Amino acid sequence: MKENQTVRFLRMGEACIVVEFGTTIDPEVNERVHRLARRLKEACSHSRVPPLSPTGDSFLHPETTTHGDVNLQGIRELVPTYRSLAVYFDPLVVTRTLLEERIAAFVQEMESPEPSEVLAEDRKLGQQGKTVVVPVCYGGEYGPDLEFVARHTGLSEAEVVRIHTSRTYRVYMLGFLPGFPYLGGMDERIATPRLETPRTRIPAGSVGIAGSQTGFYPLESPGGWRIIGRTPIKAFDPFSDTPFLLSPGDFVQFTYIPEGEYRKLSESGGRP
Amino acid sequence: MTLTNPHPMDHTRKVTFRVLDPGLLTTVQDLGRWGYQAFGVSPGGLMDEYAAILTNLLVQNPPDAALLEITLKGPTLRFEKAGWVALGGADCGATLDGKPVPNWSAFYGEAGSTLSLGFVREGCRAYIACRGGFDVPLVMGSRSTYLRAGLGGLQGRALREGDVLEGIGMLESPHKPGGIGNSNRDDGNSSLTVTLPLSLVPRYGSPILLRVLLGPQEDLFEPEGVEIFFSSSYRISHEADRMGYRLEGPKIKHKGKADIVSDALAKGAVQVPGHGMPIVMMADHQTTGGYPKIGTVILADQYLLAQGKPGDEVRFFPCTEEEARIAWQERRDRLALVRAYMDRCWREYA
Repeated sequence: MKENQTVRFLRMGEACIVVEFGTTIDPEVNERVHRLARRLKEACSHSRVPPLSPTGDSFLHPETTTHGDVNLQGIRELVPTYRSLAVYFDPLVVTRTLLEERIAAFVQEMESPEPSEVLAEDRKLGQQGKTVVVPVCYGGEYGPDLEFVARHTGLSEAEVVRIHTSRTYRVYMLGFLPGFPYLGGMDERIATPRLETPRTRIPAGSVGIAGSQTGFYPLESPGGWRIIGRTPIKAFDPFSDTPFLLSPGDFVQFTYIPEGEYRKLSESGGRP
Repeated sequence: MTLTNPHPMDHTRKVTFRVLDPGLLTTVQDLGRWGYQAFGVSPGGLMDEYAAILTNLLVQNPPDAALLEITLKGPTLRFEKAGWVALGGADCGATLDGKPVPNWSAFYGEAGSTLSLGFVREGCRAYIACRGGFDVPLVMGSRSTYLRAGLGGLQGRALREGDVLEGIGMLESPHKPGGIGNSNRDDGNSSLTVTLPLSLVPRYGSPILLRVLLGPQEDLFEPEGVEIFFSSSYRISHEADRMGYRLEGPKIKHKGKADIVSDALAKGAVQVPGHGMPIVMMADHQTTGGYPKIGTVILADQYLLAQGKPGDEVRFFPCTEEEARIAWQERRDRLALVRAYMDRCWREYA
C-alpha cells in the first residue's frame, strides 16, 4: 500500500489494483476517479478485452491490445466507483509494483496544476449529464421499509417522500447490477443504515436508501438496502439499442406517483 | 467479436442435441462477458474455469468455446446429429445408451444415442463440451448465460425439456462417422478414447482449503477478526449460488461500522456484512458492493470453491502475492501441457 498524494493503492487479489481517492461520497473525489479512468482508457486505447487467442500462451487472462501505451500492457478492465478506480490486470503480464508505479505517474500528471484545461474540460463534461425523471410509488407493498425509515429518522412517511423527491441526484457510478445507479447527495435527514442481513429477493424497480445513498434496482436481486418505493422505469434493457438508461454523470429526479399511475406505466413497457 | 475457432465452419456436420431432461440447473457458459463492469454487468461465465477448459481441450476446443455447465444433477440429451463430446468437472456417472462413459474423456455419440448424467458423486459442477463449442448468439461479446439479467446463453435461461442445442461444426474433422468413434464403442478398447491423464484430474471434496490475499479492506477488521477468519472452519450455507457463497461459522468482527461507501468487487473477494459471516463472490457477483472485503481467494484456488456445495467445510489460509502468482503460472503451464498432449492424441487418431 503506497501513498501517492492522497491516493492509496489497495489490493483485491493478485489481479486487481484498487486506486482509492477517498472513503466518502464526494463530488470532487468522484471526479478524480472518472478523470483517471478516462486518462487510462485513452492511453490503453481500448475499452474492452479482445477475444482470447486459441494459440496464444494466455489461457484465461489474455494480454490486452498491444497498440496503446506499452506501459499499461496487462490492463484488462477499468471500473470507476464513487471513490476508487479498480484496475483489473493480468499478473502474468505485468507485476503489481510496476503497474502501480505507472498508474501513480498518471495520477501525478493528472493532479499537477498545469493541465487545468483538461480539468476545465472535464468539469464541463460533468455538467452536461442529462436529467432523467424517475416516477416512484412510495410506501405500502412497494416500499416495505418506508415506515422503518420514518421511524429511524423521526419524520413522517410523507416528509421522507417529500425530502427524497426534493433533490436532483448525480449518478456517481453504475454498479452492483446492470444499469444500477448509485446516486449521491441525498439529504442526511433521511439517511438510514442498510439491513444487517440482506434480503434474498428485492423486486425490480425497488427504490432504496443505504446510509446516505439512494438508488433503484434495475432487476430482481438480493440486497441490503432499505426499500421505500418502486419505479416502473427499466434502467437496463439488454435488447434495446441503448441497454443502459443512465450513464455516470447523469442526474436523476424522483417524482411521486400514486399506485394507479404506477400500474399504467408498468403496462406501457417502463421506458419514458 | 467472434469465437476464435481454429477451423472453418462446416454447416453440414453440426452436432445437435435435444434436451430430454434439463437436470437441476444446466446453462451455456464461456469465459465471461468482460468489459461492462463499469455499467454494472457482471463478467459472469464459468464457475469452474479450470474444469471447463480441460473439458474443452479434450475435444481440441479453444478455451473460450461455450459449453454446458451442470449443477448437482446432470441432463439427459439425445444426439439428433452425431458428434464428438467431452465430459469433465464433477463425476455424474454418465452413460451413453445405458453404457457407462468415463468422466474426463471425449467420445463420439451416434445420431439417436442418448447421453445421460446423474447426480454429482463429488464436487458440484460438471461440464459437457462438444467439438467446436455450442452455438448460441454472442450477447455483448459472450455466450455465457447471466440468469439474473436474462442475458446470453439459450434465451438467457437454463436449459428446459425440449430445447435443441447445436454445436458449431468443424471442417476436416479427423473422424469420419464409422471411424474412431465406432471402433471405440464396438470393441470397447479404452486405449482409443481421448482421456485426461489421471495425474491431471482435479480432486474435489471437503474440506476445501483456500489461499487468500488480504485486502482491500483488511484494516477495517479487528486483528482478532482476521485471526478468526484464518483459524476457523466455515460451512457453505444453502445460500450458495453462481453469485456468491454465504458461509457459516465464527463471527468476524469489524473495527467499526460494517458499511463502506460502495466500491468494486472481484470473483473470489470475501465480503463480510454486519452479521460477521463471510460471503465469497463467485462468477455472477455484483460489480460493486458496500461491505468491507477482508481478503480475496487467489485465482488458482477459486475453482475449488466453485466445486463446493452446501454443508462442505471451508478453511482460509493467508498467502503471499508471489505464491499466488506462481500458482497461477503453474496452472497456465499445466493447461498448455494438456493442450499439447491432446493435440498429439487427436493427431494420432487422424
